[in-house]
Amino acid sequence: MIGAGLIVIGAGIGLGQIGGKAMEGIARQPEATGKIQTAMIIIAALLEGLAFGALFLGK
Amino acid sequence: MKVAQKTIKFLLIAVIALFTTVSFASESDKKHDDQNDGGRVNTKSEVEEYILHHIKDSHDFSLFSYTNDEGERKHVGFPLPVILWSSEGLVTFMSSEFHHNDDGHVIVEKNGLKFAKIHSKIFELNTGATAVSFDETHHATNANKTLDFSITKSAFGLIVIGLLMLLWFSKLARQYKTKKVPTGFGRVLEPLVLYVRDEIAKPNIGEKHYRRFTGYLLTVFFFIWILNLAGLTPLGFNVTGQLAVTGCLAIFTLVIYTISGTKGYWMHMLWMPGVPVLIRPILAVIELAGALIIKPFSLLVRLFANISAGHIVVMSLIAIMFTLKESLGVVGATGLSLVLSFFITLIEVLVAFLQAYIFTMLSALFIGMAVEDHAEAH
Repeated sequence: MIGAGLIVIGAGIGLGQIGGKAMEGIARQPEATGKIQTAMIIIAALLEGLAFGALFLGK
Repeated sequence: MKVAQKTIKFLLIAVIALFTTVSFASESDKKHDDQNDGGRVNTKSEVEEYILHHIKDSHDFSLFSYTNDEGERKHVGFPLPVILWSSEGLVTFMSSEFHHNDDGHVIVEKNGLKFAKIHSKIFELNTGATAVSFDETHHATNANKTLDFSITKSAFGLIVIGLLMLLWFSKLARQYKTKKVPTGFGRVLEPLVLYVRDEIAKPNIGEKHYRRFTGYLLTVFFFIWILNLAGLTPLGFNVTGQLAVTGCLAIFTLVIYTISGTKGYWMHMLWMPGVPVLIRPILAVIELAGALIIKPFSLLVRLFANISAGHIVVMSLIAIMFTLKESLGVVGATGLSLVLSFFITLIEVLVAFLQAYIFTMLSALFIGMAVEDHAEAH
């Protein structure tokens, strides 16, 4: 249970960083929105895979 | 193409009919609980068991079950064929012969062999045994698992969705031969096909090679997406939440990017240019582990965990109806669970698309890494 909480905290921090930075990037360069979004989703998916892997192994 | 249109109409009607029957069934369940005759899905452990049962694959296609006024348990659904490779060769029978029993008490006799179903696994009893006996840890002591090729609920879903996709997409392809614009359901599919080609395949694989892999990416995308959506209907499929299915898809991607890897790709993996010679073997181990284990494993686990977690959340929220009945009252608990499960189902529709997109996107990315030209060496 504690492990699951820690995983979620870590993943939350990571997702927050990714989303926040992507939004800053979009605000600075709105014309690059598409590219930034794609990269953001890929990184978020990788992070999510890691988090789910950890949850899965922890269970 | 009247037949296809009729099929789609029939499916729509079937789904609507299912919705009405399912909601009717849950209403009669509630009445039962009000009378407090020890209603079925009352306690937390029963809810948990029910959810776990739903997540797992099963040998029957059971839509719902209820207890009638005589106290009998009735199941609504249809049986599926059981195909076993036992010690005596091929054995087939319908799953209805188990009478929905799941703890090994119903023994089916075929070809002189005895079979029992325990927790959705079919066991073959040893010769001479008439009933399954268990040890303290609830493992069967006188029965062994058989090779099971049954058309289970997930396999049935796979076949149905596969045939539907064949119908839709062959129709779409045929329409391009006679006219330039697709009609009917093809109009829904065309923009999605173009989206996968232009936004996923082209940018990730590159102009030169993308044509070779677009077929695979399209298949994977629609396969996962439609199965995810089918999982949200009351039919109770959980196909993309089965490790075997997602594992198989991940292995397809692994095989494709491994066999289509260029010389430069293998060079970079096994003998990284531009780094000191001593570090090269270490990097090779890391790169190989990444390409052959971690990449497919992340594809497999992501899809499985997302879809399974989604199903568990939806079902848990529906179960609020039963678990919070005492503290909130029947109306309060039902209202709460209705609102929450409605909105989480909407989110699940988004997740169904997103997971299909991410699987396809990452597959395209991995294939793109394998086929890109390393001519402009670092």
